[in-house]
Amino acid sequence: MNKKTKTILTAGACVLAVAFIIIANNFFDNFTLRVFNLCAIYIILALSLNLLNGFTGIFSLGHAGFMAIGAYISALLTMSPAQKAVNFYLEPIVPWLANIQIPFLPALLFAGCGAALFAFIIGLPVLRLHDDYLAIASLGFAEIIRVIITNTQNITNGALGLKGLPKYSSTYAVWGCAVLAIIFMVALINSAFGRSLKAVRDNEIAAQAMGIDIAHIKTVSFVISGFMAGIGGALLGHLMQTIDPKMFVFSLTYNILLIVVLGGNGSITGSIIASVVVTVCMELLRFLDGPLNLIFIKTDGLPGLRMVVFSLLLMIVVIYRQRGLMGTNEFSWDYLSKIGLVPRIKNGKEKM
Amino acid sequence: MTLALFLQHIVNALSLGSLYALIAIGYTMVYGILRLINFAHGDIFMLGGYFAFYLVTTFFLPWWVAFIVAISITALLGIGLERIAYRPLRDSPKISVMISAIGASFLIENLATVIFGGRQKGFPIPAFFNKLLKFGSSRDPENVVTVVTISMIIPIVTAILLIILLWIVNKTKTGMAMRAVSTDLDAARLQAIDVDKTISITFGIGSLMAAIGGILWALKYPQLSPTMGIMPGLKCFIAAVLGGIGNIGGAVLGGFLLGFLEIMIIAFLPGLTGYRDAFAFIVLILVLLFKPSGLLGKNQVEKV
Repeated sequence: MNKKTKTILTAGACVLAVAFIIIANNFFDNFTLRVFNLCAIYIILALSLNLLNGFTGIFSLGHAGFMAIGAYISALLTMSPAQKAVNFYLEPIVPWLANIQIPFLPALLFAGCGAALFAFIIGLPVLRLHDDYLAIASLGFAEIIRVIITNTQNITNGALGLKGLPKYSSTYAVWGCAVLAIIFMVALINSAFGRSLKAVRDNEIAAQAMGIDIAHIKTVSFVISGFMAGIGGALLGHLMQTIDPKMFVFSLTYNILLIVVLGGNGSITGSIIASVVVTVCMELLRFLDGPLNLIFIKTDGLPGLRMVVFSLLLMIVVIYRQRGLMGTNEFSWDYLSKIGLVPRIKNGKEKM
Repeated sequence: MTLALFLQHIVNALSLGSLYALIAIGYTMVYGILRLINFAHGDIFMLGGYFAFYLVTTFFLPWWVAFIVAISITALLGIGLERIAYRPLRDSPKISVMISAIGASFLIENLATVIFGGRQKGFPIPAFFNKLLKFGSSRDPENVVTVVTISMIIPIVTAILLIILLWIVNKTKTGMAMRAVSTDLDAARLQAIDVDKTISITFGIGSLMAAIGGILWALKYPQLSPTMGIMPGLKCFIAAVLGGIGNIGGAVLGGFLLGFLEIMIIAFLPGLTGYRDAFAFIVLILVLLFKPSGLLGKNQVEKV
C-alpha cells in the first residue's frame, strides 16, 4: 500500500470520526451521550497512564491524586460565587477564592498545570525509587492529597464535596481534548524524546550509557502525564457536575490501570480501543449488579459482580496474555490490509 | 494530660502496634522471598475477619473453634492465591507480577462485596474479650485506667506468635529452607530445596498471621466491610518497609513504631486527627528517601 492510499484512507477515517461525533452529539440520548463522553475522558487518562507505565517503565499508581487536583482546581475556578456560597454552608470559603470565576479553557489549563506542578514536586522524591517502592510511594502521595482535600474544609469543602459544577464537558470539548491528547501522544512517542523514553524503559543502564539523562527524561514524562491526568480529572468533574474526595480513591487509578493493561502496555491504539470498550462494557454490564434471572440461577441484585468480571479479566490477561490486546503494536493500514479488513488495493509495483 | 490518660494511650498504641506487627510480618516474609508486594495481603486479613464472623453467626460454632477454622481456611486461601496469581508469573517482568497482585486484591474485594454484601457488619464479640479491667485507685476516678481485655490479649498473642515464628525461621529445617530461598532462589534450588513448597509455606504462615490479625482487629474494632483491609494493608506494608523489609524483627518494630506514632500524634495534637491516614505515608516517603533499607535492614547493592 503506497503513501497516497494511506493518506486518503486516513483522511477518510478522520472525516468519518468527526461525522460520528457530530451525529452522536445530535442524536444520542442523554445517557448514551454521557457514556460516549466518558470514553473520551478515559482515553485521555489511559494515554497519560500509559505514557508512564508502558512507555517510560515507571509503574506509578498516583493518578487519582493528579485527577483530584485537576478536578478541584477547575471546579473552584469556574463555579459562580453564588454556587460556592450554596456549597460552603458548613464553613465559609476563604475570601480569595470566593469571587473568582474564569472561563472554562483557562481553568482547564490551570487544572492541568496544577497537576503538572504537583507531579513535578512529588516526582523529585518518587522518581528516585524503583518498581514496587515507586508504586507504593506514588499511591501514598495520592492518598495524602485525598486526605488533605478531605480536611481543608474552607478551600475544598472537605468531605461534603462540591456540587453544581458548570456543565462544560460538552461532546466537542471532551472529544476535542481526547483528539488533541492522541495527536500529542503520537507525536511525542515518535520524537527523539519518545525513543529516549523507550530506551529508559527497556534498559536504564544501557540508556544511561548512551548519554540519556534518565532523571530528566523520567521527570518530564511524569510531569506530562500529570498534566494530562489533571485535564482528565477536570473534564470528569465537569461531566459528573459533582465531585467529592471519595471519588478519587485508589479504585479510580485501578480502573485506568485496567484499561492500560487490557489495551496493551505501550500501545496508544490499544489504550484508545480499551478505553472505549471498557467504558461501554462497564455500562452494559451494569445489569449484573441488579437482579439476575438466568432461568437456573436467580439472584436479587449483587452489587459488585460487574467489577468481579473486570478483575477476573485483568487477572486472565496478566497471566495468559501479558501483552494485552495490542502489545506494543500500533494501528497501521498495512496491518489492516494484510488481515483483509481493508480491501487490497493494487497499484503498480507495490506488492501486498 | 494526666498520667492515667497517658497510660490509656500507651495501652491503645500497644494493641494497635501489635496488630500492625502481625500483618507486617506477612508482607515482610513474602517480600523477603519473592521481592513482591503482596497487595492482596490486606484482603486476606479482611477474609479472616469475615470467615470468623460467619462461622460464629451462621454455623453457631463456639468462638474458639470458629477462630481456629477461620484461620485455617484463610491460610489455605493464601496458599491458593500464590498458586493462582503469582506462581505462573514467577519469571515475568516485575510490572506484570505487580499488576497481577493488584488485580488479585481487587478481585478478592469485589468477590467479598458480592458474597458478603457491601454493608458493614457488626462483629459479635465473645464476652471474654469485652470485659473492662480497671487499674488504679477506685476512690479517685481521675487516676483510673480502664482497659478492655482484648487490648491486653492482642500484645500477648502477638508476642507468643512472634516467638513461635522466630523459632520456626531460625531453628527448623523449614525455616532454614525459607532463609535459603530468600537469599538466592536459584542457588536454593540447586541445593535440592523444594522452592515451590517453601514459598507455599511462607504464604501460608503470612496468611495465618494476617487471619489472626484480622480476627483480633475485628474484636477490637468490631466493624467488618469488604474494604476494611486496604488501609491496614498499606500501613502494614509501610511498617515492614520502616523496619527493613525482609526482616521479621524489623516488621514488628515498624508495626509498633507506626502504631505509637498514630496514637500519640492524635493524643498530643488532636487537631491533626483528620490527617491520621496520611501519617503512615509521610513516614514511608521519609524512610524511602533517607534510609531505604529500613531501620534493621541490610544495605543491599542493586545487582546489574
